[in-house]
Amino acid sequence: MNIEVIKPGLATTVQDLGRPGYYHLGIPLSGALDQYALRLGNLLVGNDEGAAALECTLMAPELLFRGNTVFAVTGAQLDIKLNGTLVNSHASHAARAGDRLSFGFMKSGARAYVAVAGGIDVPIVLGSRSTYGLGAFGGFQGRKLSAGDLLPVGKAGSKAREGRAASAELRVASPKELELRVLPGLYYHRLEASAVESFFSDTWAVAPDADRIGYRYKNGRPLKFIDRKQPFGAGSDPSNIVDAGYPYGSIQVPSGTEPIILHRDAVSGGGYAMIGTVISADMDRIAQMQPGNKARFVAVDMTAALAARAQYRARINKLRTELSG
Amino acid sequence: MSALPSARYTFGGDEHIFVEIAEEMSLPAFFKGMAITGELQRRRVPGVTEVCPANASYLVRFDPDVIAPDQMMGVLRGIEGGVGGAGLELQTRIVEIPVLYNDPWTHETLMRFRDRHQDPNSTDLEYAARVNGHPSVDAFVQAHSSAPWFVSMVGFVAGLPFLFQMVERPKQIEVPKYLRPRTDTPKLTIGHGGCFSCIYSVRGAGGYQMFGITPAPIFDPEQKLPYLKDMMVFFRPGDIVKWKPVTREEYDRDVAAVEAGTFDLRIRPVSFSLQQFLDDPAAYNATLLKQLYH
Repeated sequence: MNIEVIKPGLATTVQDLGRPGYYHLGIPLSGALDQYALRLGNLLVGNDEGAAALECTLMAPELLFRGNTVFAVTGAQLDIKLNGTLVNSHASHAARAGDRLSFGFMKSGARAYVAVAGGIDVPIVLGSRSTYGLGAFGGFQGRKLSAGDLLPVGKAGSKAREGRAASAELRVASPKELELRVLPGLYYHRLEASAVESFFSDTWAVAPDADRIGYRYKNGRPLKFIDRKQPFGAGSDPSNIVDAGYPYGSIQVPSGTEPIILHRDAVSGGGYAMIGTVISADMDRIAQMQPGNKARFVAVDMTAALAARAQYRARINKLRTELSG
Repeated sequence: MSALPSARYTFGGDEHIFVEIAEEMSLPAFFKGMAITGELQRRRVPGVTEVCPANASYLVRFDPDVIAPDQMMGVLRGIEGGVGGAGLELQTRIVEIPVLYNDPWTHETLMRFRDRHQDPNSTDLEYAARVNGHPSVDAFVQAHSSAPWFVSMVGFVAGLPFLFQMVERPKQIEVPKYLRPRTDTPKLTIGHGGCFSCIYSVRGAGGYQMFGITPAPIFDPEQKLPYLKDMMVFFRPGDIVKWKPVTREEYDRDVAAVEAGTFDLRIRPVSFSLQQFLDDPAAYNATLLKQLYH
């Protein structure tokens, strides 16, 4: 069984939960930017949560099923059509050989996941099926999908069935304006007091160049770093540091203008000071932000970050309970 | 290593700890980071998912559901307290990397981006030679390629090594990055920015000055060459590199060997002693090179 790509969409890639363990070699985690939506999609079609699915970005693809299967679409809000007839998101549906899956534009949210019973069966590279575009490996031939690609699908599990649906509270939300919680730290002390104040009080908008590597934000006031005699090897701009590792979710501000939040295809290091890190519980929410969507950054402490993390885990556990049948 | 202050510890969200060994780059700072991250790897602490040594810092990713953040930081502080001084030795390897300096491909690229350069009227090599006080490009190439370099970090993108030259600070080559980054850099370009050289493992954007190109692949997901069979990424932090200037004929011959799958690198195991190096860098480098060409 396979799936034929009729139209590839804007940036559709194969992703699973990711590829930890190689960041020290510059190979990032990769994997679904919205991990919750991936897990949900897989549970709906009876897969292991970590099976590989299609991550569709802003403009979803058109697909042709070349065998009978069960599929689900999660994440962004968009019209989903099976042979031209609308079907629900966040629910599993049967598809027959020759059926066409097409999509409308994303009304809200930036990433939709197409999970298929059995998962997308591309080769495992360094422990994962996820695509890493910059390194040109993983996923389907190391790249985003093109028209004519034939995606192999694995054998469906015994739990695959149509008619499974997530309750309203467990669906993926994609508000157009949100608060992102940040743990200040890293090179936070290099910011002037006025920059600390404006960073957390300004409303920022997602810039057009927001992708799997990082999300750039604009419209806030420039952030001034404290002037100093730069340390040996650090580069001349006050926002420069001796090249160092970048945490996932860390926020860097090249030349003090537009903050960039690194996501799962992160460049693993470089010479720009990071001023804090988005907490793990909020990383999925970034994945659903479209260019132009607005965000405010809210400073939290470690206790709050861990409480949010526990809530995130509890929500996934709820998913598992609700969809286990 | 007693000259180094205590490291600075800070959380990167709820999943990372970032440790700045020193604000400025130095071999002792790099070494201390290598010693701590090496010990952390050996301890196999449950919950640690990534250990990333960098130039003068390191990054640890951990699962706070397995090990609490404060406890994780305590482990790292404990290791810092226990690592030895400059008597420390590093078991590593020394590698010869052929370089065609002043090659036609980086030259063509740098000419396309002159408007982003500090000195549009000279090449990157001419500019680097001048700002470092070398009388000619040849003299600069000699300085760049004679003393070996430490791989002090691997990253930015897959398999890209940052290299720090093993000479006293006054002899360190320092060149600013481009005023604005280029949108293109040939694959396997030898670049330099600040005090670091690098090899661009893939084609793409870049801000480092371009000095030459190597025929030796250093990142290949298909793992076609013998030295890439174990891992698609060749370099590891702690590797020692000796640049070997080659002619166009030698370069072409190497490229043909790469295509035929017969190309290999000269790689020798070495033990590196920081104290012996600091006592007399030039003499110690000579003994390292003797082992490379033994």
